[in-house]
Amino acid sequence: MTTATENTHTDDHHDDGHHEHHIPPGIKRWLYTTNHKDIGTLYLWFAFIMFLIGGAMAMVIRAELFQPGLQIVDPNFFNQMTTVHGLIMVFGAVMPAFTGLANWLVPMMIGAPDMALPRMNNWSFWILPFAFLILLSSLFMEGGGPAFGWTFYAPLSTTYSNDGTALFVFAVHIMGASSIMGAINVIVTIFNMRAPGMTWMKMPLFVWTWLITAFLLIAVMPVLAGAVTMVLTDKFFGTSFFDAAGGGDPVMFQHIFWFFGHPEVYIMILPAFGIISQIIPTFARKPLFGYASMVYATASIALLSFIVWAHHMFTTGMPVAAELFFMFATMLISVPTGVKVFNWVATMWRGSMTFEVPMLFAIAFIVLFTIGGLSGLMLAIVPVDFQYHDTYFVVAHFHYVLVTGAIFSIMAAVYYWLPKWTGKMFHIGLAKWHFWCSLVSVNVLFFPMHFVGLAGMPRRIPDYALQFADFNKWISIGGFAFGLSQLIFLALLIKACKKQGEPVSAQVWEGAEGLEWEIPSPAPYHSFETPPVVK
Amino acid sequence: MKRILFKVGTMLTALMTAPVFAETNDQIEQYQLNMTKGVTDISAGVYDMHMLMFIICVVIGAGVFIAMFISMYFHRKSRGAKPANFHENVQVEIAWTVIPFIILIVMAIPAMNLLIDMEDASEPDVTVLVTGSQWKWHYKYMDNDVEYYSKMATQAEQISGKLAKGKNYLLEVDRPLVIPTGKKVRFLITSDDVIHAWWVPDFAVKQDANPGFINDAWAMVNEPGVYRGQCAELCGKDHGFMPIVVVAKEPAEYDKWISEQQAIQDQAKAEEQRLLAMNMTMEESMAIGEKVYNANCAACHMPNGEGLPGVFPALKGSQIALEDQPKHIDVLINGVTGTAMQAYAKQLTMSEIAAVVTYERNAWGNNTGDLVQAKDINSAMNGQ
Repeated sequence: MTTATENTHTDDHHDDGHHEHHIPPGIKRWLYTTNHKDIGTLYLWFAFIMFLIGGAMAMVIRAELFQPGLQIVDPNFFNQMTTVHGLIMVFGAVMPAFTGLANWLVPMMIGAPDMALPRMNNWSFWILPFAFLILLSSLFMEGGGPAFGWTFYAPLSTTYSNDGTALFVFAVHIMGASSIMGAINVIVTIFNMRAPGMTWMKMPLFVWTWLITAFLLIAVMPVLAGAVTMVLTDKFFGTSFFDAAGGGDPVMFQHIFWFFGHPEVYIMILPAFGIISQIIPTFARKPLFGYASMVYATASIALLSFIVWAHHMFTTGMPVAAELFFMFATMLISVPTGVKVFNWVATMWRGSMTFEVPMLFAIAFIVLFTIGGLSGLMLAIVPVDFQYHDTYFVVAHFHYVLVTGAIFSIMAAVYYWLPKWTGKMFHIGLAKWHFWCSLVSVNVLFFPMHFVGLAGMPRRIPDYALQFADFNKWISIGGFAFGLSQLIFLALLIKACKKQGEPVSAQVWEGAEGLEWEIPSPAPYHSFETPPVVK
Repeated sequence: MKRILFKVGTMLTALMTAPVFAETNDQIEQYQLNMTKGVTDISAGVYDMHMLMFIICVVIGAGVFIAMFISMYFHRKSRGAKPANFHENVQVEIAWTVIPFIILIVMAIPAMNLLIDMEDASEPDVTVLVTGSQWKWHYKYMDNDVEYYSKMATQAEQISGKLAKGKNYLLEVDRPLVIPTGKKVRFLITSDDVIHAWWVPDFAVKQDANPGFINDAWAMVNEPGVYRGQCAELCGKDHGFMPIVVVAKEPAEYDKWISEQQAIQDQAKAEEQRLLAMNMTMEESMAIGEKVYNANCAACHMPNGEGLPGVFPALKGSQIALEDQPKHIDVLINGVTGTAMQAYAKQLTMSEIAAVVTYERNAWGNNTGDLVQAKDINSAMNGQ
């Protein structure tokens, strides 16, 4: 305590009237920054760049699959593309984007001046670019990058992989360390730095969902680190964790991986639930329906996420009793998820709705995420999962929950809070173009995948039988259109960062409520240095 | 702007109406929307369960979306809607927790019964051991002395687009699995290297092939016919090129077929012994060797012997292929532990191994002049 007080004193002394001097010019501002807003911006831009790189890889995949036969890439490179596309989108785009939003918003929503651990905040961001440099550099080395799928099932990733696997392992270690630090920061901030009167059940839902997400991260990222370490030692140091010849078990890898991987799915969707729960009440001009049940539903989803992992593994040859257990547990998750969707609809019911761009994305989220959720319920049914598993039906399912779910929610969030961040309204015309182009193309891209999956097209293949040809052509065209639509978003963001546009009020949106809307727009570099009092 | 949009539109229309592959497009049915009903009682049950789930999901989804769109239409500010201020209702919230739970039970019971039937592979009439390896399937009839490899039969020229693609492009094999109709056939499924998955949609059978472990599945096929499937677990470079073809025959025809196979296999063994005593000429060896190489080795070491740097080693100019002949033969027979190199002793005959070793030592400028005979392989295999 004493140390902390002394520090505060010295800082106070230093800070008096010298605020502006503390922002070093140019690149140093971004390298040395401990400001939650700067770090939030860094995370968000990093995530967007990764989204474009991962998207470019998806374009390669869709170009190869545009017609039957091998035209553009060889199968080995195709596998590298599917693998690195998955890794980049999960660890490079969706997760850092949510961390960026948490950095910007959590302190402003709970009335805190900054994150609790600002130097660790800087560190957790700045190790990320190195992780992805390592991962991407492996693509240019002899043997190429990882080609075993983002799920890196052993022994394909151990005995049968190339030496670049070591780079993949270290990159994942660094990403994991970064996520754990980010999660610790969120938890410590929320526990200790809430403004007076900001009780647990007054916290905005985005804060609640992120708090629960942070606990999930701390619980499962070490498991992922363990899995990649075992892959490393199996491959390079002669251990046999996953090799039956040495007493190990390749299926054990999948249990460990999915014990991380299933909570990971919720890590990528719970903050999205939080975002949607902020946006819908604003534009319905009506308080969120069932706040308490939203909090409990989020917590139950998080708890259930630890006992459903093996539903990714129904075809591995589990005992019937285990298959039944994981089927029932998985089906159970649809109850709290349903509660959330019903609450959002009830919030809209008898509201006074307007359809600004954030609301458009939020409504698209609810519809398309529900489609992805319902196909998830179908996938939970073991006997039919034998037909769905590892086909494009699964690819359709998880892209509905991740692209039109997580990524649409991130876009909704950016449109919702961007005016608060820059102080200027974004270019509404471009934003609407971005929304409508994305909405149409994303469905041309992912909806027919349900059909080719049911018709029997396996996933992760560079070439396919002729009866899948016409649908794949449509899917590729949808893919290219969705990719191009994101360039509209890029143009809009560049305009916004140049501070072009109409100035906005502190509240920005007519129905917006919460502490972040009470500080001026743009949000000052240091906000809530004196904590507000929440009544 | 309008003119550009019009142009893009015309281009897209032209693109969409152009057939992807002129010759074969007409014969292949496109736009299959739904899962197959298959040809077993189980696969029909799976289809019914799938449709039950689908209908329930569509009804729930429709309900949610209709409620949403009603409020979006009627409760919009531009229609002068004034916001209500309710934000909770315990009865409603309990209702929409409990009702979904009941719907789940309605789904779970038939699913559980179906699963228990599917997983009961006991008391089979015929048992086949299915072994996946990179990138082919091996079938072994446990009740007869018949076993063989089944490899994709689609030509490389069709994949690269030099030849027109046939009707069963990527779904055709050199030797299909043959099973009897109306009998319970049990599949024991395992792998020699990485994890594969043996999937035949018409049987609703998809089971992972795990190295070092054996899984089982079963099918009782009702109608004779040819049923096609694919490997369903990413298994490396040629994962997309290891199809499965199963031919279901009437039991009498099946019995005839299996005894024929047994005779052919016995004959081949006798032939192999006879060939041991014979010497092949260089021309013969190179011709057979090239055929064997392209069928078995070229997927990894590439047709030009240069391999894939950092993934699969080159044979062209390699020390083993140029100098160390005993090691070369040993690698072919026993494989290399800890790598993707398989043991070929049980996959090829001795004269085929001899020919491919000769080929590798003399092709692509590896001009060693070495000529290896079947008897050299035989003595290496017997540890002499």
